[in-house]
Amino acid sequence: MTSTALPALDAHRLRADFAVFEDLVDGRPVAFLDSAASTQKPRQVLDRMRTFYEHEYANVHRGVYRLAERATEGFEGARRTVAALLNAPSEKEIVFTRSATEAINLVAYAWGLDNLGPGDVVVITELEHHANFVPWQYIAHRTGASFRNIPIDDLGELQLDSLDSLAREGNVKVVANNLVSNTLGTINPVETLAAWAHEQGAIMVVDAAQAAPHRRVDVQALGADFVAISSHKLCGPSGIGALWGKRELLEAMSPFNLGGEMIRSVALERTTFNELPYKFEAGTPAIAEAVGFGAAIDYISEIGLEAIERHEHALVGETMARLDELPWVRVFGPPPDRRAGIVSFDVEGIHPHDVAQILDWEGVAVRAGHHCTQPLMTRLGVSATTRASFYVYSIPEEIERLLAGLHKVKASLG
Amino acid sequence: MSEFEQLYREVILDHYKAPRNHGVLEPHDAIAEGQNPLCGDEVTVSVRFGEGEVIEDVGFEGRGCAISQAATSMLTDMVKGRTAHEVATMPKDELLEEIGIPLTPVRLKCALLGLGVLKVALHRAKGTPLPDEWGTSSGEISLS
Repeated sequence: MTSTALPALDAHRLRADFAVFEDLVDGRPVAFLDSAASTQKPRQVLDRMRTFYEHEYANVHRGVYRLAERATEGFEGARRTVAALLNAPSEKEIVFTRSATEAINLVAYAWGLDNLGPGDVVVITELEHHANFVPWQYIAHRTGASFRNIPIDDLGELQLDSLDSLAREGNVKVVANNLVSNTLGTINPVETLAAWAHEQGAIMVVDAAQAAPHRRVDVQALGADFVAISSHKLCGPSGIGALWGKRELLEAMSPFNLGGEMIRSVALERTTFNELPYKFEAGTPAIAEAVGFGAAIDYISEIGLEAIERHEHALVGETMARLDELPWVRVFGPPPDRRAGIVSFDVEGIHPHDVAQILDWEGVAVRAGHHCTQPLMTRLGVSATTRASFYVYSIPEEIERLLAGLHKVKASLG
Repeated sequence: MSEFEQLYREVILDHYKAPRNHGVLEPHDAIAEGQNPLCGDEVTVSVRFGEGEVIEDVGFEGRGCAISQAATSMLTDMVKGRTAHEVATMPKDELLEEIGIPLTPVRLKCALLGLGVLKVALHRAKGTPLPDEWGTSSGEISLS
């Protein structure tokens, strides 16, 4: 498999937005191939946050002075930007959270504790990130529901023929899946799963943390009930993510965290909760981070998500083609056209930690470990993998450096 | 010396490629296994005692990165002939000096995995103190 299309965005030009590439180690910038864990941050995002802190900052929502109004405008503007990114019907359905992980925990606790019980089934998949696995395992355990997974085939794609037997195990109430696997890059058939979930009377919970940076996520087209995304994987700051949920579900749900903005009135006998989305936003939120999140969405939207997707497909195709030439490297997961910009692999007989360590001395930053997907590691029959992942600033030269580094790994430890 | 030579200096590569005291002792008086959840390193350490508390023989098995496996191999050479109490209270720096290379916090966990597992085995057999970081578990989710 070789890539024929040239990258549709100018990564060399975009790199000027990222100061990290001006820092040279042994005369070269870092070959940063760990964007699936967290991306680098462009000046545009950092400048926006600095300006906000210097000139627009106050606590949000209840200040009567003008500066507080400006801060609230910045914060709520970011919410509208998130809503637009996800094609949400209303910004009232966008809840700011600390992370995609917290967004999923919110659903698992606030929806799961009230709606699950013995006889119910929670369905996740074998390639789920722990963030969309363990909260459901825990809430299933707390409520007496059973907890089942959709297995994957040898290419890392979901085996949908298992759905019929899962449906016979009880009342399927939750189906939870990531749109893009953070370990294999697999793009999962969420639309199909959502349709099946609704036939069962279940809610469809989508972890889009790895998808939102790389392709258009349209919550309505997916047919999802809840979608979680994260800022730091799409060029924004860490410490903030967002949950989109269908309004009628969010309105019917109990609160998650209590205190602060989520409250309408309090007396000794009784507390009433605020309207959406504030009902789920207890305490002073990450205000400047929300503004930075919005700026990051503006940044990637200006590049264009379709262009980003094509760029990543080209890089991932090239990487897989080059790795295929090495008989001592085994690549996991589906072909390039069915994955985002992520390649997990195994170097025969050499532990991923050692691979990553030696690559680091060549200035190549990759991730080694289980990538918070231990059930998937078990399925693949490995304890860990080495993972290279790409983003808007990734360039073909970095693939060359990865390959050169792998030859050094092989010569040293093979 | 390059970083590569420093970290994977010859003695470590030697222990990694030809581990000493490899395999589970049969019979053994004590055994324990442990994992480093960061990278999936696994080590099983088995011990046979001679007179009283003296460690007569020790064997290990495992899989993982070069540092974790080499460090455990080096450890097994170090502890033979010592008492369970001596080893249980052995400062980790003694092993780190033997490894003799600078380690980042992430790799330190790899290097000390075998020592922790050995201390658990000694605790089970002789009631010696557990290393601090192995003393407690924060609980688990167990689905029937």
